[in-house]
Amino acid sequence: MADVTMRIWRGDATGGDFENYTVAQQEGEVVLDVIHRIQATDAPDLACRWNCKAGKCGSCAAEINGKPRLMCMTRMDQLPEGPVTVTPMKTFPIIRDLVTDVSFNFAMAEKVPALLPPPMPADGYRMFQEDVERGQEFRKCIECFMCQDVCHVIRDHEENKQHYAGPRFFIRYAELEMHPLDTNDRRDLIREEMGLGYCNITKCCTEVCPEHIKITDNAIIPLKERVVDAQYDPIAWLGRKIRRKTKRTASEAAVQPAP
Amino acid sequence: MEINSPYEHHDYDVLVIGAGGAGLRAVIEAKQQGLKVGLITKSLLGKAHTVMAEGGMAAAMGNVYPEDNWMVHFRDTMRGGKMLNNYRMAELHAKEAPERVMELEQWGALFDRTKDGKILQRDFGGHRYARLAHVGDRTGLELIRTLQQKVVSMGTDVFMECKVLRLVHDDSGKVAGCVAYWRATGEFVTFSAKAVILATGGVGKSWKFTSNSWEGTGDGHAMALWAGAELIDMECIQFHPTGMVWPLSVRGILVTEGVRGDGGILKNSDGERFMFNYVADMFRAETAESPEEADRWYDDHTAGRRPPELLPRDEVARAINSEVKAGRGSPHGGVFLDIASRRTPEFIRRRLPSMYHQFMELAGVDITREMMEIGPTCHYIMGGVKVDAETAATAVAGLFAAGEVAGGMHGANRLGGNSLSDLIVFGRRAGMGAVEYVQGGQGATGFNLEEVDAAVKEALAPFERESGENPYDIQRDLQEMMQANVGIIRTASEIDEAIEKLEEFTDRVKNIKVKGGRAYNPGWNLATDLPSMLTVSKCTARGAQQRKESRGGHTREDFPKADPNFGKINFAHSMPSGGGWTSEIKTLESPLLEIPEELNALLEEGK
Repeated sequence: MADVTMRIWRGDATGGDFENYTVAQQEGEVVLDVIHRIQATDAPDLACRWNCKAGKCGSCAAEINGKPRLMCMTRMDQLPEGPVTVTPMKTFPIIRDLVTDVSFNFAMAEKVPALLPPPMPADGYRMFQEDVERGQEFRKCIECFMCQDVCHVIRDHEENKQHYAGPRFFIRYAELEMHPLDTNDRRDLIREEMGLGYCNITKCCTEVCPEHIKITDNAIIPLKERVVDAQYDPIAWLGRKIRRKTKRTASEAAVQPAP
Repeated sequence: MEINSPYEHHDYDVLVIGAGGAGLRAVIEAKQQGLKVGLITKSLLGKAHTVMAEGGMAAAMGNVYPEDNWMVHFRDTMRGGKMLNNYRMAELHAKEAPERVMELEQWGALFDRTKDGKILQRDFGGHRYARLAHVGDRTGLELIRTLQQKVVSMGTDVFMECKVLRLVHDDSGKVAGCVAYWRATGEFVTFSAKAVILATGGVGKSWKFTSNSWEGTGDGHAMALWAGAELIDMECIQFHPTGMVWPLSVRGILVTEGVRGDGGILKNSDGERFMFNYVADMFRAETAESPEEADRWYDDHTAGRRPPELLPRDEVARAINSEVKAGRGSPHGGVFLDIASRRTPEFIRRRLPSMYHQFMELAGVDITREMMEIGPTCHYIMGGVKVDAETAATAVAGLFAAGEVAGGMHGANRLGGNSLSDLIVFGRRAGMGAVEYVQGGQGATGFNLEEVDAAVKEALAPFERESGENPYDIQRDLQEMMQANVGIIRTASEIDEAIEKLEEFTDRVKNIKVKGGRAYNPGWNLATDLPSMLTVSKCTARGAQQRKESRGGHTREDFPKADPNFGKINFAHSMPSGGGWTSEIKTLESPLLEIPEELNALLEEGK
């Protein structure tokens, strides 16, 4: 097979530039294979994240020819001919080369009020397949953070990270809100602090999801309806004013120790 | 305690190293008891190898077959392990797994359901009844996400992308913490703790074809040995029968046993369903004799006996190996796994979505229409740190171990589905053991900074050499050597050669030169993993040399049968505490625990 030129961004927070590597290709290879070959030969200090190499852990997200992709699931023979450009995810600060600081996402995860189910009966909870299926779709998420990377609310506006959770966390909130056992109420939090309203449903997140989760249609839109209903239904509003269920923090909502 | 560490320093009651299923479960337990807990992981949180587990977690809940119970699960586990197991671990595991699985649902897990709303259970190799709680074929992801979200909601200190180099003792020899570095910056950091729990997973990265990620370098196994603990059963390595074989770049990636549990069969190049020719005497009474009988079993386990495709993994892997050797393999050196001709496309896509996805995208194969090419891949180490079943305590005071890094639970071969349940049963027990130890006031009272200095010096040496070898070259040669010499089928001359070569590799590692700086430098990171990889490989080779029989995940061409005398012992490896990683390893026979009569009776039943 013909050699291929890889244009890889190398650098750190202080700056950097593209470096070209010309490498031989083998049948059936993915981008991550080629990156690994470069590491093993020309550039042992080329930084990239990866773990499972099978599309299950979401570690190796990068922008390939300008589009967020998992490097382990992108076959070289399906990219257009010519040089292949690999850059780190743009939305997150650079650590080195293809590795970015994704701590924004872990900070958002800490703010999610936990599931609050009733006490578990001795023989376990009863739930039905139809009821768990909606949540199961969102729990397929492998936390590659490509939906966060591509979301223009934070991709182009660093300042929005202060008050916007992003698509990954909207599916997390949707999952909890749709959970058959949950009794916690997160609607005010989602509207006031998680910035659901900033999303103007351009579906960029859905397009890049490697798990094909219908983020916009199945999570964000239903979540918007739910939150807005709660906000503008006068009877519901009054009811909540009178016996307002305070949103519980994650640690308060953590259930009792296991027996 | 006043510790004048020259580096960033943190102090905890309990320090957990490794954030897969076992580590996370240990954190939950220790935090629920009110202790101050720190969690260290080499990767980001939620990326540990647990996410790769596909099929499910075994627990005798009896939701599909009410006749299932812990006694049957115990029996299956012991027989699958060829009786080399620590019986007490197998017993506790079988008894406690159902409760551990159910409690995951109060933390947010959503398992697939039975018609009456209970947790659905699926069939897997070596389990008499459908026993695996699962979510399609992504059960490991569900487990790690559930535990991760629970741990985060409890407000846990998590140190991500932090690589631990060495355990540190106090003056009396108790484990007192560890020394590590941040991968992002290369800066060192020390942790003191009253108790340390190792939950570092496996060692598969020392083989060429493996389902393991870069993390599986045996760090915990090696650090425990260096710190004075014992390793047992290191020769028992599970080669999972079904890894991908083509394209070469994906060779080794796991294909879930769930494919066979859900009806998939194995065929050779003649189109023959060959597993019927490989039923060992031990399993003959419970295995179908004909395809017709086997096919009846899928719908009703009383209408026929189990298909031979669902024998324990060691049996199936050896059978595939024999077919390929006999010239009946697939074009790329595996055999065929066929579910396309057995189930509808809708069924396959619903039950095995990520397998469908994986083959479609990586191999261009549509598994609803075509057969998969598969072959054995290095998957799991049964061996590990010798622990006390109840508390997960090791031979070194203050050190605990749980999950794949611990040995004994699975004997010579692990049943599919018993790993995820192992993580939550013994992760919790390690947490309890550490809490009890700390609350009993037995924790370490000092922190040996000389050990820190030695580890730092060793880690930095590859930068200071004028010239030397690329660590990637050493890794590649090691993987090829271990695959060839200590692979699925072993023989004396090859093992002896491996032991010699491992000494040569040791010299090569002492001569590594690393390019670039310390900040996020994978070449340097690998250089610091190689001492662990070599240490565990040495133990595996030594165990393989001395176990002159074939049993479970250890097959000797020159000793093809099991020997009852070897069935009574483990090989235990140890090293003088406080020495360097190249100190001499001592390997001794260590007798198995005696099984009480009432449990033995369970094992005899239906033999």
